[in-house]
Amino acid sequence: MKLRETIMKLVFLIAACCSVLAVALICIFLFMNGVPAIFKIGPLKFLTGTVWKPGNNIFGILPMIVGSICVTGLAILMGVPVAILTSVFLSRYCPKKFYGICKSGINLMAGIPSIVYGFFGLVVIVPLMAQLTGKNGNTMLTASILLAVMILPTVVGVTESAITSVPESYYEASLGLGATHSQSVFFAVVPAAKSGILAGIVLGIGRAIGETMAVIMIAGNQPRMPKGITEGLRTMTANIVLEMGYASGLHREALIATGVVLFVFILLINLSVSMLNRRVPYGD
Amino acid sequence: MVIKGNGAVNTMEAVKINTKEKERTKVTYHKSVFSSVLTGITWGAAILALAVLVFLVGFILIRGVKNLTLEQFAWTYNTENVTMLPAIINTVTMTVLSLLLAAPLGIFSAIYLVEYANKRGTLVGLIRITAETLSGIPSIVYGLFGMLFFTKTLKMGYSMMSGACTLAIMILPLIMRTAEEALKSVPDSYREASFGLGAGKLRTIFKIVLPSAVPGILSGVILATGRVVGETAALLFTAGTIAKVAGLMDSGRTLAVHMYALSSEGLYMNQMYATGVILMLIVLLINGCSGMIAKKIAKK
Repeated sequence: MKLRETIMKLVFLIAACCSVLAVALICIFLFMNGVPAIFKIGPLKFLTGTVWKPGNNIFGILPMIVGSICVTGLAILMGVPVAILTSVFLSRYCPKKFYGICKSGINLMAGIPSIVYGFFGLVVIVPLMAQLTGKNGNTMLTASILLAVMILPTVVGVTESAITSVPESYYEASLGLGATHSQSVFFAVVPAAKSGILAGIVLGIGRAIGETMAVIMIAGNQPRMPKGITEGLRTMTANIVLEMGYASGLHREALIATGVVLFVFILLINLSVSMLNRRVPYGD
Repeated sequence: MVIKGNGAVNTMEAVKINTKEKERTKVTYHKSVFSSVLTGITWGAAILALAVLVFLVGFILIRGVKNLTLEQFAWTYNTENVTMLPAIINTVTMTVLSLLLAAPLGIFSAIYLVEYANKRGTLVGLIRITAETLSGIPSIVYGLFGMLFFTKTLKMGYSMMSGACTLAIMILPLIMRTAEEALKSVPDSYREASFGLGAGKLRTIFKIVLPSAVPGILSGVILATGRVVGETAALLFTAGTIAKVAGLMDSGRTLAVHMYALSSEGLYMNQMYATGVILMLIVLLINGCSGMIAKKIAKK
């Protein structure tokens, strides 16, 4: 009997260590396969080169890095205000009757596969953009609009729980000082939740920068420096998926190295999220 | 008596003042233009978000249903019928496989974290940090890792199995977190009662704690199903894109990969619509289920 208890405890422990093992394996295999390529190409040439011509053995991924950052930044600019206002609405304005519907709507948004989002972008936003600009509709703006929609549920989820967890006394104290409902919510409750809101935004950045399938379908994918919001661009994620199918040799390693760069971005983002979450917001 | 009377008057006055206050707040509420504007933009943002969702779902469903034809459910794939039936079957296989791998691992880790671990230990901290990291890694990075580790190093090739292993790691943190919350919400009195009756720790966990945590665990598993069904980037270079009903060690495309393959061929707009509808219906079904379970838990 005692033995069985001990064995099962060990089994649970081993299962729990799986996530540690997985992260270790992911780090080891990505870095082992990607870093040598970076040094073969030359770190500076690889990271700051503006020309990507695998056929001529020229591998500069700066256009893709800038592309990822541009698309993500624009998506955050458009998506975050709507997301924060929506979570304020859910936690402080929404009539009780509608809360269930609204919340399950946001959950549904999180559940829709990115390929379906991409398809929606392809058949709705791209033609619209083509009409508006009179050019090709596969642009930076198109991709950012779609990403803004896609990150909404991520940001709303975190932000809403941050706003809801602000002690009611903040709101009541503000009301007691004569502020209206809206003033109390926006100038007492929301500022108190700012580290949680920031964590939500950073998570949204992570989601946007890692998004692959939706972006590939609508961003144009030209491997050159982004020229403007109505021009096409290629992100790091798109670069990997588009060329991995036929790449070999150094080209393949360069694509894995692109993945490594993306992975480092994500690790930095994760780090900042956990630092934001670790702060104790309402020192009791 | 006098004091009592005074008290009563005071209460009455207080009530009066309170109602007056309320009225006054209401008045300022309506008068303050700035507040109304804030209320307006908040409502506006929420309505915009939901309108986008309704438009998206409605558009895919309404435009797509017209494109559903019988020949898209033919048994074997060719470039004429572009059937999605093999992809649907592969999706089911992929879901079952990855859940079989991830669910026990996730639930067992949650049991360790809730029932055994020293909450402030370094190991628990490490497990939490890595689980958090895993849930933030984008699917394309999982795809690269799966390609390097499962298909190349473990020599599993492009197969359903390497796809399922990759996805299992991807959904592990999700199952772990929901299972942990479900286990935590089981009251301690259950455990104490079981110990009091002489049951051991293991028996308590499997006969008392786990059964009461089933709905919560199930909702996590359902969410994980949704992620597997919708996943594309992690499967392209692990499970491959062959449009056949696949065995464990064969390459096969799931529904989402099928949709991407169609889009990259660029000839099959109508079939993409049809696949989109089926994917959307599955997602709606999954969300409905998890919503129902959540309601059940709330009722408890």
